[in-house]
Amino acid sequence: MPIYILKRILGALPTLLIVSVLVFLLQKLLPGDPVLALAGEERDPATLALLREQYHLNDPLVTQYFRWLGGVLTGDFGISLRTNQPVLELIGQKLPVTLQLAAMSMIFAMLIGIPAGIIAAVKKNTLLDWIANIVALSGLSIPNFWLGIMLILLVSVNLGWLPASGYESPLVDFWLSIKTMLMPAFVLGTGLAATLMRHTRSAMLGVMSADYIRTARAKGLSTSEVVLTHSFRNALLPIITLSALLFGELLAGAVLTEQIFTIPGFGKLIVDAVFNRDYAVVQGVVLCTAVGFLLMNLIADVLSVIMNPRMRSAL
Amino acid sequence: MAPVLSVRNLTTAFKTDDGWKSVVRDVSFDVNAGETVAIVGESGSGKSVTSLSILGLLDPKRSRVTGDIDLDGRNLLTLSETDMRKIRGNDIAMIFQEPMTSLNPVFTVGRQIGEVLIRHEGMSRAAARQETLRLMERVRIPNAQTRIDEYPHQFSGGMRQRVMIAMALASRPKLLIADEPTTALDVTIQGQILDLIKELQAEQGMAVLFITHDMGVVAEIADRTVVMFRGDCVETGATSQIFAAPRHPYTRALLAAVPRLGSMTGQDWPLRFPKVDMETGAVTPQPAVVGSVAQGGSPVLSVKGLVTRFDVGSDLLGRPTGAVHAVENVSFDLFHGETLSLVGESGCGKSTTGRSVLRLVEPREGDITLDGYDVRHLAPADLQRMRRSGQMIFQDPFSSLNPRMTVGQTVAEPIVKHGLARGGAARARVAELLDQVGLPAAMMDRYPHEFSGGQRQRIAIARVLGLNPKVIVADESVSALDVSIKAQVCNLLMDLQERLKIAYLFISHDMAVVERVSHRIAVMYLGEIVEIGPREAIFGNPQHPYTQKLIAAVPVPDPARRGLRRAASVDELKSPVRPRDYVPAVREWAEVGPGHRVMVA
Repeated sequence: MPIYILKRILGALPTLLIVSVLVFLLQKLLPGDPVLALAGEERDPATLALLREQYHLNDPLVTQYFRWLGGVLTGDFGISLRTNQPVLELIGQKLPVTLQLAAMSMIFAMLIGIPAGIIAAVKKNTLLDWIANIVALSGLSIPNFWLGIMLILLVSVNLGWLPASGYESPLVDFWLSIKTMLMPAFVLGTGLAATLMRHTRSAMLGVMSADYIRTARAKGLSTSEVVLTHSFRNALLPIITLSALLFGELLAGAVLTEQIFTIPGFGKLIVDAVFNRDYAVVQGVVLCTAVGFLLMNLIADVLSVIMNPRMRSAL
Repeated sequence: MAPVLSVRNLTTAFKTDDGWKSVVRDVSFDVNAGETVAIVGESGSGKSVTSLSILGLLDPKRSRVTGDIDLDGRNLLTLSETDMRKIRGNDIAMIFQEPMTSLNPVFTVGRQIGEVLIRHEGMSRAAARQETLRLMERVRIPNAQTRIDEYPHQFSGGMRQRVMIAMALASRPKLLIADEPTTALDVTIQGQILDLIKELQAEQGMAVLFITHDMGVVAEIADRTVVMFRGDCVETGATSQIFAAPRHPYTRALLAAVPRLGSMTGQDWPLRFPKVDMETGAVTPQPAVVGSVAQGGSPVLSVKGLVTRFDVGSDLLGRPTGAVHAVENVSFDLFHGETLSLVGESGCGKSTTGRSVLRLVEPREGDITLDGYDVRHLAPADLQRMRRSGQMIFQDPFSSLNPRMTVGQTVAEPIVKHGLARGGAARARVAELLDQVGLPAAMMDRYPHEFSGGQRQRIAIARVLGLNPKVIVADESVSALDVSIKAQVCNLLMDLQERLKIAYLFISHDMAVVERVSHRIAVMYLGEIVEIGPREAIFGNPQHPYTQKLIAAVPVPDPARRGLRRAASVDELKSPVRPRDYVPAVREWAEVGPGHRVMVA
């Protein structure tokens, strides 16, 4: 197993390198001059030239790339052109927020999606299945921003149960932090729950027609043993992979949801950075997201190997 | 003494778009303690549905079971699902056909056997583990102590079926239902599993209901036999009586259609199967295929030193850790109008050999000459042309035809692709080809799902014939078909051979069919040919121990000769996976007779 993980990490390195090149080039290809954005009203050529010199913007592209990569490898992602804060520090502030939102959304999604999928599969073509499917379809088609606004109106404005917006670190006030995050996590989670439910349902249906499920029934096992032990344990394999990938997507931040609930997460950070042509921040965030995504992929693969005896013994 | 199981007027219907359709009608039979009753019939006869009805495993929403199914005097059809669960796996246990898919891949075999003991015997985990170990040893799984914690994929097919048997016998059932338990297994393994079931039956005194399509297996194992035909029970009686004096025409037809090993002694040429009328039981012998092989010509296919290996595993640098030595130094010739059969058990490399000679898999070494083409060194365009000379028919008639193409499109595709005809001419050619394989040309616009297995295999043959191939590799092409259909398709292949002088590389594990259709036979074991020679020499005077074992293991459809060759050995097929630095042994051969060669070391 350690060798497998090592192999997978080594295998991810070239991907990361390609991502770093793309991230670096992408911002060079974007229209607009960062120096102009930085200089503001100032249009004096001498000042602009000085700024260019200061940020090494006159060097050949390759030199710029390796200087940037060298910095990244030593933890120096550069300085935000806008706020003059180190990019790493900015990421350090926003990452826990996004992680908490992603984790809570995922918990919601799994708590709703997986049981609903199992029920829909077991009660295939009955009223319950139809209801689960309609709810799932609604979850997929209702826009997050609309659901978010409606929830704020209902839960916060009318009922006053939960705070409408903002963020509190769980280290400062744990329960307040959970309460503020509850609604946005629910809004994000419902969409994912629908995806999870559909996949759980089809995975369960596939497994439940397998020969070994017939064997389990022929052994006289109870329905719960047949469904939850023999079937679900097999259906879990694709669900794990899907969940990890969905989580990876959440790490990129949820721009709309963060805007509605004014959560200072990755989504807001990257939108602001793009509007301000704050290249260093864009690079840092995109790279960070890419690493997160690769990491989730790795975790998904390792988990499937752990869960699947056939893959385990193929190592 | 009252029977353990008494089935009276069992009728099972399934819900279809056109209302309820009965697939089993009015079936009645008894099974006594210590007795084996076989239900025999072809696909669609309702034999498996009967067994699933007894166990109550059919979907209650889409099926309706009526009649009486009495187990020790209790009518199972009146029991609730909760009560049925106490019967399943406890009073009635079942073994299924597919050993590869019938065990849950994510749990250890020990856990899956133990589950029955915990559920029905109320054992603790520790006690269940002890008993599981004992059961695994009882069904002769070697190294049960370590294998108890292994997963199904680590077991061979035969060993998995032993696990299934251990699981079925865990709670000492009164009745064991075995649904084609040996059909997916190789003959040598099949014999061992049949022996094991008989031995355990004698020990526990249980009743066995054995479901099979194989008359050889019936003769081998059953005391009494129930013959089913399209949902009806047509004949019931003592097995010896059914074989000696079948009363119903269908039983007579079924017995006549069974290929019997040894029926070819004294025959010089491949012999067509007799025509059997399934309604009347009338048997009309058919002529032999005389003189299809050109005398003194050069071979149409010549294979020398063929080696095909598949890499397995990968180390830290991505290098393979070993290889499956699927085909190892195989050489043979095939002449115009000749049938050379490759026989052997799963994993012996017979299919890979067939694919290698057409370069459907890439061989590592060797020379292949097919109709003048140097197969291994062809440019892509020449490879395409070569495929006109060498074609292949596959095993599964259900998955080898594209469901979204009409039969006409399927048969026309190779003709058009190779530029032999187009438009109206192609259509005319398709009609002609369908006619050659005995299908009306009007069927051209239908889709494959509208055809039966035998018809689909005819379509696959028509598709291949369109290119006028000189060599056809037939990979288990009749194995999935019912006996009567199998005989028809074999006869069709022999007709085409006589008329068109086609050479067949006939790959099969079915020794009785092989004996019927072959001019020569090559026996393969672990990737190598161990014996090759004329058909009468291989069957009449087998020299290699493996050939002898293979022939001896074929069940004989004759209850009088039952149990003549009992040996309680536990063999597994050996693995052809070798480490990277493996050097294949240098083999020595001996010439036994004209064209009959055997590996001696």
